[in-house]
Amino acid sequence: MSMEEIYADAIKDPNNQPKKLLRRTYDGTTIAMTYAEILLNRAIKDFGTEQEVGYPDTAYHLPVITCLSGEKVTKLGELVPILNRMRSQIRTELTFENARLWGESTLYAAEVIETINYLRGEEPKVKPWTGFLGDPIVRKHGIKMVDWTIPGVAVILGRAKDSQAAKKIVDNLMGKGFMIFLCDEVIEQLLEVNVKIGEDYIAFPLGNFTQIIHAVNYAFRAGLAFGGIPAGERENHRDYQRRRIRAFVLSLGETDDVKLAASMGAIFMGFPTISDQVLPEDMQIPDWYVSEPDYEKIVPLAMEVRGIKLTNIEIPIPVNFGPAFEGESIRKAETYVEFGGGRSTAFELVQSVGPDEVVDGQVTVIGPEIDTVPEGSRLPLGIRIDIFGRKMQDDFEGVLERRIHYFANYGEGIWHVAQRDLCWVRISKDARAKGFLIKHLGELLLAKLKQEFPAIVDRVQVTLITDQAAVEEGLVKARERYRARDDRMRSLTDESVEDFYSCLLCQSFAPNHVCIVTPERVGLCGAVSWLDAKASFEIAPNGPNQPIPKGPAIDELKGMWQSTNDYLFKASNNTLEEVNLYTLMDKPMTSCGCFEAIMAIVPEANGLMLTTREHSGMTPCGMTFSSLAGTCGGGMQTPGFMGIGRTYLLSKKFIPADGGLSRIVWMPKELKEFLREDFIQRSIDEGLGADFIDKIADESVGTTVEEIIPFLEENGHPCFNLEPLM
Amino acid sequence: MPRYRDLTHTARPSDAPRVVDPKNPIRTTDPGALQMLEMIKDKNIETVYDRVVAQQPQCAFGYKGICCRICIAGPCRVKKEDGPGSRGICGASAYTIVSRNIVRMIAGGAASHSEHARHVLHTAHALVDGHADDYEIKSPAKLHKLAEKLGVATLDRGDKDILRDVVEIGYADFGRYQDRPLAFLDSFMTEGRRKKFQHTNIMPRNIDGSITELIAQTAMGVDSDPVNIIFGGLKSALADLGGEYIGTNLSDVLFGIPEPIVSEANLGVINPKMVNIAVHGHNPVLSEMVVAAARAMKEEAVKVGAEGVNIVGICCTGNELLMREGVYLATSSASQEMAILTGALDAMVVDIQCIYPAVQTIAECYHTKVITTEAIMKVPSAQHIAFNTTTAMEDAKKLIKIAIEAYKHRDPKKISIPNEKHKLVAGFSVEALTEIFSKINPERPISVLTDAIQSGQLKGVCLMAGCNNLKRAQDESHITVLKELVKNDVFVISTGCSSGAFAKFGLMSPLAVDTYAGEGLKSFIQTLEAANPQLATGLPLVFHVGSCVDNSRAVDLAVAMANELGVDIPKVPFVASAPEAMHEKAVAIGSWCITMGLPTHVGSLPPVEGSDLVYGITTQIAHDVFGGNFIFEVDPVIGASKLLDALEYRTWKLGIHRQTAEKNDTAIAQGW
Repeated sequence: MSMEEIYADAIKDPNNQPKKLLRRTYDGTTIAMTYAEILLNRAIKDFGTEQEVGYPDTAYHLPVITCLSGEKVTKLGELVPILNRMRSQIRTELTFENARLWGESTLYAAEVIETINYLRGEEPKVKPWTGFLGDPIVRKHGIKMVDWTIPGVAVILGRAKDSQAAKKIVDNLMGKGFMIFLCDEVIEQLLEVNVKIGEDYIAFPLGNFTQIIHAVNYAFRAGLAFGGIPAGERENHRDYQRRRIRAFVLSLGETDDVKLAASMGAIFMGFPTISDQVLPEDMQIPDWYVSEPDYEKIVPLAMEVRGIKLTNIEIPIPVNFGPAFEGESIRKAETYVEFGGGRSTAFELVQSVGPDEVVDGQVTVIGPEIDTVPEGSRLPLGIRIDIFGRKMQDDFEGVLERRIHYFANYGEGIWHVAQRDLCWVRISKDARAKGFLIKHLGELLLAKLKQEFPAIVDRVQVTLITDQAAVEEGLVKARERYRARDDRMRSLTDESVEDFYSCLLCQSFAPNHVCIVTPERVGLCGAVSWLDAKASFEIAPNGPNQPIPKGPAIDELKGMWQSTNDYLFKASNNTLEEVNLYTLMDKPMTSCGCFEAIMAIVPEANGLMLTTREHSGMTPCGMTFSSLAGTCGGGMQTPGFMGIGRTYLLSKKFIPADGGLSRIVWMPKELKEFLREDFIQRSIDEGLGADFIDKIADESVGTTVEEIIPFLEENGHPCFNLEPLM
Repeated sequence: MPRYRDLTHTARPSDAPRVVDPKNPIRTTDPGALQMLEMIKDKNIETVYDRVVAQQPQCAFGYKGICCRICIAGPCRVKKEDGPGSRGICGASAYTIVSRNIVRMIAGGAASHSEHARHVLHTAHALVDGHADDYEIKSPAKLHKLAEKLGVATLDRGDKDILRDVVEIGYADFGRYQDRPLAFLDSFMTEGRRKKFQHTNIMPRNIDGSITELIAQTAMGVDSDPVNIIFGGLKSALADLGGEYIGTNLSDVLFGIPEPIVSEANLGVINPKMVNIAVHGHNPVLSEMVVAAARAMKEEAVKVGAEGVNIVGICCTGNELLMREGVYLATSSASQEMAILTGALDAMVVDIQCIYPAVQTIAECYHTKVITTEAIMKVPSAQHIAFNTTTAMEDAKKLIKIAIEAYKHRDPKKISIPNEKHKLVAGFSVEALTEIFSKINPERPISVLTDAIQSGQLKGVCLMAGCNNLKRAQDESHITVLKELVKNDVFVISTGCSSGAFAKFGLMSPLAVDTYAGEGLKSFIQTLEAANPQLATGLPLVFHVGSCVDNSRAVDLAVAMANELGVDIPKVPFVASAPEAMHEKAVAIGSWCITMGLPTHVGSLPPVEGSDLVYGITTQIAHDVFGGNFIFEVDPVIGASKLLDALEYRTWKLGIHRQTAEKNDTAIAQGW
């Protein structure tokens, strides 16, 4: 179905258009266009046409314009013809068809206005307000948005009838796992009643007025970054938005002409607007601009109109639950009770057991429940999860155990870090006040395991231990299990296994991308290990992870197999014929868009540099992470550049064909710290010495080749003695 | 756009009637004026109140702003929603016609205020050139402060030298052609406002040029983009504010900074035993001289049997003299004719603006002499004495002589003076207010006001300003809005005929505090009084800051509060209200209030309803862009509650922004 066809049924009788809505939308468009023009020409007067413009932390220039027209604007003067083109597509006749073009023009106007705001340094944003959201954030949450792990996107603007009503809507959406963009007074309303909003909660308070465009330029970047749709393919981008971004707009409180024009911009992208105002017929367009004054019905209606169906189950716990709370941190002062973290004994263990050793659905607490201990207590904790499944394997224990971290953090007011016997859990005062008990952590884990892994999990029971003696007893057994698992892991090498696994999860947005996951090469997102892929195959035999029987190698050193080539060709829709797993210089693996880190060659140093999604600064190859990602993402093979998972650096199979670890000449400090201990061990194993990590330059040394070469020379970095890379 | 807590408050006005009781000629609530109307009941004397009735119903096209008379192919009216009838002959649609009409009113207002300013400037110029010996630099302190703001050197320089430079800058502000901002505007702004005006291209570089440009922009066949036209209008509105700054500041230099002063108001101040001269209009340059001349000529009045010469003020000339000299205020604009009806007014000396041509018609029934004094303001059959700064005192004396002569011809049978007069305290320049606050906090005087707002003792500040508009009974809306605001602990300052209304009703007196102020406002005023024993009087319910040009003083207060709070004006709990707006000057003032970031209530609809776009920009989008917006509401009770809502909105937002900043350890969010 073409984009325009989806609007076909909205206006039943072309002679009976919603005149009032259209007239006000037209007025709003006029206001936005002229306001943009006034600001633009004044800015040109002040700065000149050659003035550089752009948003911070993005490789996509002005994303709305990049997407829709392909123009990569870098200078102020370039905006004049673009804005004029948008002015001249405005037709006065009041029809829904014309109105969508007014909507498009309004998106451009808002992008121009905000670009100039950034140029002027007006209204610098302070936490939790975000303004423009940089590429790192788009990448962090974007995949979940387009693969529908995040079931939908709600854009809320205006002011709800009262703050509690605003909270109710947002709590509801957060509980369902929505991504939320906020604009205008609803932000203050939510702050007033202490709803957690901000970057950490996937609920972005953008700002006021035209700053709503930052929801739009976020969404458009998904099509560029994950959809692999080239800049300027307007219809394909709209189509991608309509198909993959399940967004709707909630317009709360009295509206105005400019808001109406902006809503029409959303409609142009395929997103409906629901208003909480009572609207006459000539102020509505069925399925697209709809009135629903009942706050109980507004979210269900929005979901219905946008076609969002939830697969999530309700979990019987007294706090909100969803990915919105994944990034929430709980500081000491906010903590009601904490467990582990080196301060008390703790462990977590998933074990595979026989069918008679588990009472399905049972949650047991051994030791004191947290309502019997005073605020500020510290308790020991054992989390033991017994699973029976016909398809369950011992190998999956670690995979499922790692899920404890994610699932626990989904709970509002529950914080979990680290793993195994280092795990550290906090429960906030707020959560406790809402009635949260340690038992509920068990309910939560139980429900999520059953929901997410139905194919391998048949029966589950969760035991939570807060009694010191019982925890210690459990810990001994847990450590035995960890040891056994580690021994098994060590034996898992690329050579020792029969099958590699593919990962095509990202093809929903990068259609030709093929990840090949081996025991010694984690998927480039960092989230899919060989064991994960294997488990995933058991869960969904026709899913994104398929076994690739390895067979004999064509090139052991570079890592090429006939089997992987054959698989690649088909899976890349016949676009790629060969892939080497152990080099970035020759037919390297493709990069989708969600890699944790990216490598690039530094020819002057005969080495490689790495930068991460978290590092927004400049690097010695002259590009930031965002620009690098923009150049080689989208499922292409780009020799000399490659996206990887962070821990791939610690693998024995880290680009052996290119010389391995010794090639690394620069990486961000944060990555050094993240990997430090293991990295030093790997350096010793490779004969590079314990101090190799200090020979690698970072941003404190410099961010240009000129700055780092003397450092590398002084510190005796081995790169200069290696074989020439090129 | 702002969305208020009270969901019934939208950007649209209530359904209250636009003209209340259109057939009723008793269109005033002023007790003095009512007594006069009672007195002339059977006398076949036509007043403004009769003419309002005669004009009903008024033209609906004109009322909505959709009648275009800019070229003589017209007049064109917007008659239909669609098709040829929805546009003028040239194709101008409703939004073009409405926006052009309304900004031309701004041009008119800006021209008026700046004409006033130009006159003061000429006087100051004559003074430094030695051609105005009757004038002096009465407040060197103000001159120095002003020079400092404008970047004029003061060290080791004589006051006249300094004034010469200041005057030059003032002249330059009228006609500058370089792309530099209007100095008298630029130097008084917050950093945030200055940038906002520059970035939105509405910072005027001069006064005359902005007005001329606006007229050119809106001529037939030029600009038809309503947004561009409105921005052009806003530039002129800011030029108007620049003119007001020149007017207020130089008047303070020449005639002194107002200080708290006690006086009386309403028609009862006309004294049957004295030669009574009303000074009416807006400009203090002449009237200050009349006051001085009256003191000097007491003897001549005594010679004709009077006890002396009694100068009373009407309208903003009255306000100027009340603020600085404590001259009695006889009445305000809509009831100006009533002063003549007392039969004891011997002369009405007028300068410019808001003077009804009808005063001459009424004066013809009495012995009263109407005397015009300005080259651009004459009335057929009224006397004209050209006023010159060079011969100021001499000219003033001529005027008084005419009055003394007229006194002889009073008809005792026609004398009927209402016994209506009220004590009042006026004279609250920002300097005077600051002085009062400084007795509580000498380092940060304005924090006394902002702390009271942040603690909830006060709800905020409201500037009440503007004219009379007889679509409702005179002064009813001023009084109602004031009572609602003070009852709810709003600190009210007032100018112009809003001040006139309060003064005439006895609401500008310390006595009114007990009766009308809410507990918070009452305790705030009591605290101020307790800290200021040096004041010979108590403090009033509402603080008179001056004439309509002196609305610039309200901006000074808003700027000081913004700086104290560390935010820009759109975040300051400060609103404005013109409950009975009438003049083009009010359109200009209202428009700059919006750009300054003040929610501004107007109790009489300006002609903008013919275009939803223009209405939407003025009441909604302006808030997003500038932080201020119009609140059009004719019912004064609802209007007041919308003002309270607007204050609550700001206090609420600012409070949350503060809490959030503390929680996250950041600077305070600057959005509004």
